[in-house]
Amino acid sequence: MSKQPIVVLPVAPPPSLWRLFLGFLMIGATSLGGGVIAYLRTGLVVRYRWLDDTTFVELMAISQSLPGLNATNMSILAGDRLRGWPGALVAALGMCLPGASLMTAAAFVYGVGGDDPVSLAFLHAIAAGAVGLITVVMVQLGAKMLTEIADYVFVVLTAVLVALFHVPVPYVLVGMAAIAIWWHRPRKTVEGKAAKDVQPKDPAS
Amino acid sequence: MKQLLDLATVFGYISLLTVGGGMAAFPELKQLTVDTYHWVTFPELMHYYSLGQLAPGPNMMMVASIGAQVAGLPGAAVVLVAFILPTGLLTFGVGRLWNRLANWPWRPAIQRGLGGVAVGLVLAGGIVLARGAITDAKSVALAVGVFVLLMFTKINPAIPIVASGLIGIGLYLI
Repeated sequence: MSKQPIVVLPVAPPPSLWRLFLGFLMIGATSLGGGVIAYLRTGLVVRYRWLDDTTFVELMAISQSLPGLNATNMSILAGDRLRGWPGALVAALGMCLPGASLMTAAAFVYGVGGDDPVSLAFLHAIAAGAVGLITVVMVQLGAKMLTEIADYVFVVLTAVLVALFHVPVPYVLVGMAAIAIWWHRPRKTVEGKAAKDVQPKDPAS
Repeated sequence: MKQLLDLATVFGYISLLTVGGGMAAFPELKQLTVDTYHWVTFPELMHYYSLGQLAPGPNMMMVASIGAQVAGLPGAAVVLVAFILPTGLLTFGVGRLWNRLANWPWRPAIQRGLGGVAVGLVLAGGIVLARGAITDAKSVALAVGVFVLLMFTKINPAIPIVASGLIGIGLYLI
């Protein structure tokens, strides 16, 4: 995922609820293979021109700081900006419906054919492939989020506590987040100004 | 009814752990759905997760598969609402507050602090998945192959994942 130039296009008037739903349904149905954020940017900023890039990056930053799936959070935030709470609702629905319907159907198909050895060979192999995929996602997330040695220490500590010592995730999440946020706490500089804000690099890429 | 309630509780809880992506919640998802409630086996969970990577939209819509396997269509619906609604409301609220927080000095601290923890949780999820999925030399080769392809080309991730599956079938039939 390379850096994309900031696009400044005239923003179109907010769409009707129905158009908004269809727009997100289209993105939700076509964003194959993960990386939904890239599809969202292409749709919302470039194709429909409902948002400009600055707004998109800002909504991205909020999505990434909160629990919840990035694509769902982005849909809620963008929908709210465009059409208030009904917009947030239809945007999230449109985004999730296609994938959710397919995965519901997958469960029924799996129930019928999941024990077949050829299906199992396929499923075991894509699980191995998924390990490769999640490693890439982690490296890319890390490249954006980790800025100093201490961040890497937080990564390793968090992973070791959860995966090796089986400490329940909420304890690790709350404990490590408290330490890490305190580490990055706002500090006064010599001139008495607040420390310079360092945003995650190019969250839209 | 009890089962639908359990589904709602578990998936509402898990949704709150998806900081940095769905994978961050994978260790707890495995613990609850496989070890505590026995709704799915670990291989089933891995298979649904991997299939979910091939579906369009958010990458954790595979939770609907677990709901459907446990309690049919109502199960899928309950799981989806429980998984999306709590964090959705939180995002909605914070989204409206965000502009007021623009100059709040703790905001960048929270973003940076959560960044490292989020990557760590995704790593932990990857380790749990790998423990189940990486079982022999063949699976190591597939994982490394997908990693290298996605790291160094701009290919759509669905392509090498499907290719892995086809290679898996090919090796089985040989």
